[in-house]
Order: sequence, then C-alpha cells, then structure tokens
Amino acid sequence: MATQMAKDPQKTAVTTELQVISGNALDIPMYQLLKEDGTVHKGVKLPEIGKELALKMFSTMQFIRILDERMIAAQRQGRISFYLSSLGEEAAAIGSAAALKFEDMIMGQYREQGALAFRGFTIDQFMNQLFSNELDLGKGRQMPVHYGCADLNFMTISSPLGTQIPQATGYAYGQKQSGEKTCTLCYFGEGAASEGDFHAGLNMAAVFKVPVIFFCRNNGYAISTPANEQFAGDGIAPRAVGYGMKAIRVDGNDIFAVYQAVQEARRLAVEENEPVLIEAMSYRMAGHSTSDDPSGYRSKEEEEARRKREPMIRFRNWLVKQGWISEEEADAQMQQHKEEVLAALKRAETVAAPHVDEIIVDVYDEPTQALKDQLEALKAHIRQYPDAYPATSGGVK
Amino acid sequence: MAKMNLLQAINSALDVAMAKNDKVSVFGEDVGHFGGVFRATSGLQQKYGRSRCFNTPLVEQGIIGFANGLAAQGSFPVAEIQFGDYIFPAFDQIVNETAKFRYRSGNEFNVGGLTIRTPYGGGIHGGHYHSQSPEAYFAHTPGLKIVVPRNPYQAKGLLLSAIFDPNPVLFLEPKRLYRAAVGEVPEEEYTLPIGKAEVVQEGTDITVVGWGAQVEVIERAAELAKKDGVSVEIIDLRSILPWDVDTVAQSVMKTGRMVVSQEAPHTMAFGSEVAATIQEKCFLYLESPVMRASGLDTPYPLAHEKEYFSDHLKTYEMIKRSLNY
Repeated sequence: MATQMAKDPQKTAVTTELQVISGNALDIPMYQLLKEDGTVHKGVKLPEIGKELALKMFSTMQFIRILDERMIAAQRQGRISFYLSSLGEEAAAIGSAAALKFEDMIMGQYREQGALAFRGFTIDQFMNQLFSNELDLGKGRQMPVHYGCADLNFMTISSPLGTQIPQATGYAYGQKQSGEKTCTLCYFGEGAASEGDFHAGLNMAAVFKVPVIFFCRNNGYAISTPANEQFAGDGIAPRAVGYGMKAIRVDGNDIFAVYQAVQEARRLAVEENEPVLIEAMSYRMAGHSTSDDPSGYRSKEEEEARRKREPMIRFRNWLVKQGWISEEEADAQMQQHKEEVLAALKRAETVAAPHVDEIIVDVYDEPTQALKDQLEALKAHIRQYPDAYPATSGGVK
Repeated sequence: MAKMNLLQAINSALDVAMAKNDKVSVFGEDVGHFGGVFRATSGLQQKYGRSRCFNTPLVEQGIIGFANGLAAQGSFPVAEIQFGDYIFPAFDQIVNETAKFRYRSGNEFNVGGLTIRTPYGGGIHGGHYHSQSPEAYFAHTPGLKIVVPRNPYQAKGLLLSAIFDPNPVLFLEPKRLYRAAVGEVPEEEYTLPIGKAEVVQEGTDITVVGWGAQVEVIERAAELAKKDGVSVEIIDLRSILPWDVDTVAQSVMKTGRMVVSQEAPHTMAFGSEVAATIQEKCFLYLESPVMRASGLDTPYPLAHEKEYFSDHLKTYEMIKRSLNY
C-alpha cells in the first residue's frame, strides 16, 4: 500500500507566494508514430511487430469494419434490434488488445469488439449474440453488442456506464494477490469518465497499487454531447496526476502508438504494480448507436475532415509500403470478410430463441422455489395462448 | 462454546472464514488496523495481513465496484459499508452489477463470492442517517440474497453461510444488538441455512413474523399477550431474499392470524410482500386480515425515535387488533 507515498498535510512545503495553479497547467501532447498518410515520423523506431502479428491486426480491423457496417444495415432492415459500431476506433481496441497477454482480463464498455475479435471470438459467436439466439453465450439476455466470453478473458459487458472501472481495480487486486503476472485492461469512453465510478476506480487503483490499465477512448462524443461540453481542461489523461497515477496520451488512430503505449503500461502494471491511465484520441465516425442520427448534432464537414485521419487507411498504407500486403490482397481480404459476415448472419438468423426454461436459470446458481413456481405458471399461460408467444411456445409441451 | 456479543460473533465468523480460505478478504472504511467503527474486524489485519484486511478510500460505490471485480476474479470479498444508510452510492453497483452479473453473462461470470456486510436499524439515537432499514429496496432485486440475523449465534452461522454461498449476499447486521445481544456461540465453524425461517416460539392463536432486531421486540410483545392468555407463534424470517414462504404459510394455516412487525417505514416495507403472499396462500384459513406493525412513513426522526418505532407495545396492540377483529 502506498500510504507512505501519500501527501501528509503536516509535511506540506510552505510558500509565502500565493500560487494559483492553472486548470490547464498540464497540456499533454499525443504520442504518435505513424503520420496520417501512413508514413513514419522521422527518426522514429516502430515497436517490434512482426509481419504475422501486423497482418492479424489488420485483418481484424477489416473484419470489424465490415461487421459494423453490415450490422448497422441489418438493424436498418429490422433484422436485429440495435447495434453499436466502433467505426473509426478499430486501432484503439485492436492495438491495445494486441499488446496484452492472452491471460490478461479485458473489461469493455461496448465499443471494443475489435479487442474481442482479436482474442478469437468467432464470427458465429458475434452473430449469435447479436441475434439473441439459443447459441448466444449470454443466452439471449442482453441487447446486441453486450458480448462476453470467459474462455477469452473478456468480461461480459453491461450497459451502465463506468461500472466496470472500479471492478477492474478489484479484479486486478485479485490478480496481484494470487501472484499471477497478469493485469486487467479496462475500456471506457470520455463520457463515462464523468461518472463517479471513474473517480472511485482510479483512486482505489492508485492507493492499492494494482496492475490495471485504464484505457479511455476519447472519441469526441457521448451520444450527442461533444467533449467540450463534457469537461473543461485538458481532457482525461491529466486527471491521473491528481490520483498519483501514471498517464499516457496516445493517438488512438495510430495502431503502432497504441500498441507501444499499452505495452509500456502493461510493463508498469505487471512489473511495478503501477496502474496507468491511457487516453486514446480518436473519433466516433458513426452515431453512438443505431438509435441516433449524428446529423442532428454535428456537421458533414466535420465528419469529412475527421474521416481523413481514420486509422485503417493509415495502417494499410504502411503495410502496403512495407510490402507485407498488396492493395489487391487487402481488397480481396475485405471481400472475403464480407462474404463470411453475410453467411454467418444468415446462419444466426435461423437459430431458435433460447428455450423458455432458460428464463429462470442463472438468477442464482440454482433457481429458487419461487422462480420454479413462476416458470410453471408462465408455461401454463403460454400453453393457453401459444400464438401470443411464438418464440417459445413451440418448446413448451 | 463461548459467551459472545453480536459483534464478537461477527468477528469470529470472519476469523474462521479467513483461516479456512485465503481467498477471503475483508475491507471497507476504517476496517483495517482500527478494526472498523464498531470493531467488527478487530484484530483481523494483525492476524491475516494488510492485503486481506484493509482500509478503503471513502467511496461506497468504489467499495462495492471493487468487491464485484474481486469476486468475479474468484475471491470471497467481504465488503463492509459502515452504515446501511450510506449504502446508496453503491446502489447501482449492487442492483445493476452484483445482482445481474451471472444472469447477464449466461453464467460466463459471477460474483457469487461476494458478501456485503452493513449495520442497519434504529434504536441508537442515530437520527435519519444512522438508523434506516433498507432491506426492501434490495429485496426488489432478483439475484441478491438478503440475510438478517437476530442474535450472536445466528449471526455467526448465517455469516459463514453467506461468505461461502455461491451467490452474492447482503448481510444486514442489527447494530442496536451489536453489544446488547449476548449468547453462547461455538468458537469453531458452523453454518445456518439461508432461505430458511425459524420458528422461534411455537404458539396456537396468532403468528407474528419479523427479522433481525425486531424479533426481540416481538418476543416482548408476545410476553404481554401471554398474560392475556394468547399463545403467539413467533417466526424469524432470517432471510428476506429468498424468504421461506412455506414455514410462514404453514404457521398461519395453523393459527389463522398473522402480524408482521418491522422497523422500516410502513409503505412498501418487506412486510407488505409477506402480507400479500400469505393472503394468497392462506386466504381461506385467515380469521382476520394480515396486519403490519411498522415504522411511520417519515424519515427516521431523532427526538421522536420512540414514537416512530414499531416497539413491543405497538406490536402487542396489533396482535390484539388481529384477535379482536
């Protein structure tokens, strides 16, 4: 514990000069290795990412891009109820996940499907969740995009914002106690950083010195509220200093810079029990979800200007220049992802809804008597009105 | 066996649990070296070290958020909220996270190892913010278990069950009895069942149901009724969620009458749920309506604590009303 490091009010240095510290005293630049055109800044040494890993990262980016675009369309067609895309933020999720060890826990907000795909979540697993069918690991209980997978060390997502932040501190405390050399990485947006749980989780992590990386995706918007109406001052990263925590601000659209930042944060977390706050600067190219239309709160000009800085073209240009992939190969790969996404979508659509018996399972480790009674009453009711409950009446005999 | 007050019984349960499993840790505000403001965790840091018994910053939502994460990781956190009145900043973590962790993930993850301990209830001149009985807020939340012990023996056995129960448990400790209740308690490990009520006193004329510190109030009311020749059956629910409908229903089918006596404000207190269920289950056996002796529908007052409180006299009067209906 860090009590000996903390500021003792009795030992504060004295000054006779009235000092008013500026709220903008910290003005942290953004760490960037790849320029927007995909060329490398002069004199910069890129992290050692081999061809195989680089191509895996790129393929995952392309897959997520097409998944997001296709599922927004599927929602528009009424095939799924809701969708949250990560368009424009793929490098932040995939670059960070790539810098972790597989054993590290990831706790997401809901815009980090790239990290989950990088870990190996299959296209069918994505689709089964999106269609809330009986093969969904979450048993069809949560809205689309609330993924989770114990085998992939990816904590199931919940809708309330920021709740995962103090949980990440607790999870990492357990990792430290058990002596594993692992950490927890916790994603959230700059809007969620206004929640009380952000303060709670970061302060506790700093006091307890646990191996956790707080990864803030500053994408400029919380639904319609722009960042300049969310907070004053220099954003999220400087807040770490108030907690006595290390901070990094990185270009979230530069996959190399993200990778390098998380790699260093992981070293600090695991080797030195230093929690780290990373603020990745990006832009949410789509709406918050399929339930809002960005034209109501921002201009096309703004979107066009920001689109030029998007992360996938930048990485692709670098890969092509490097000779690790050709333009034709990249296009063909995208086409293949598209076909696979469409095929998986069609498969998931035809899978049945979870059986009605599942409705009382997992409230507790075993259903209580009251739950069993309620299920029996429900099934009797469905038998009486089978046409009113078409998703489950077939399974109720 | 040893003579222990309720606090010592809690302390003994924590000690036994920590000795048994090194994944059990206890934490909260002032819980560490100082042993908690009521001293429930006294001596545990000295015995098990600072990583397993520790102070947290003063942030209830953080304490429970942290505890949720620690439980999801596979530990058995026992988080203390210093007073039940201060649990509300953690309401979101408890209601939206703790309670739904297993269900929302399809059992990919759970926080079954979590126990939240908090002192509740009045009778200590605590005013608005050191007296409340918040069980009903949480009883409306599927996924939680809620346990309330009435004496030291119950406290230790139920707390040990709570800590190792594979579901998250909210454990409400009657702070008025922390030092006032003394009894024989085994020093070794033992458990008492969660979800099972106990018939504290058998009787034939009327069933009076309560939980926690209110059971003692009911016992005093039953003594008064006994002088009138009334035989009262007293049931301690022990668990609010899930609660033991069968034991209460069987009793009411026998006696034909029921009073629920509770500390919390009358409207929507947990007794309302008990009353509604018993009227469904026992309607043809009832000789009079189910009645409730409760606190007033006011914030918990200081100067008028006695007047607010559903004491033994109010409970006794409710028993008479039921019998004379």
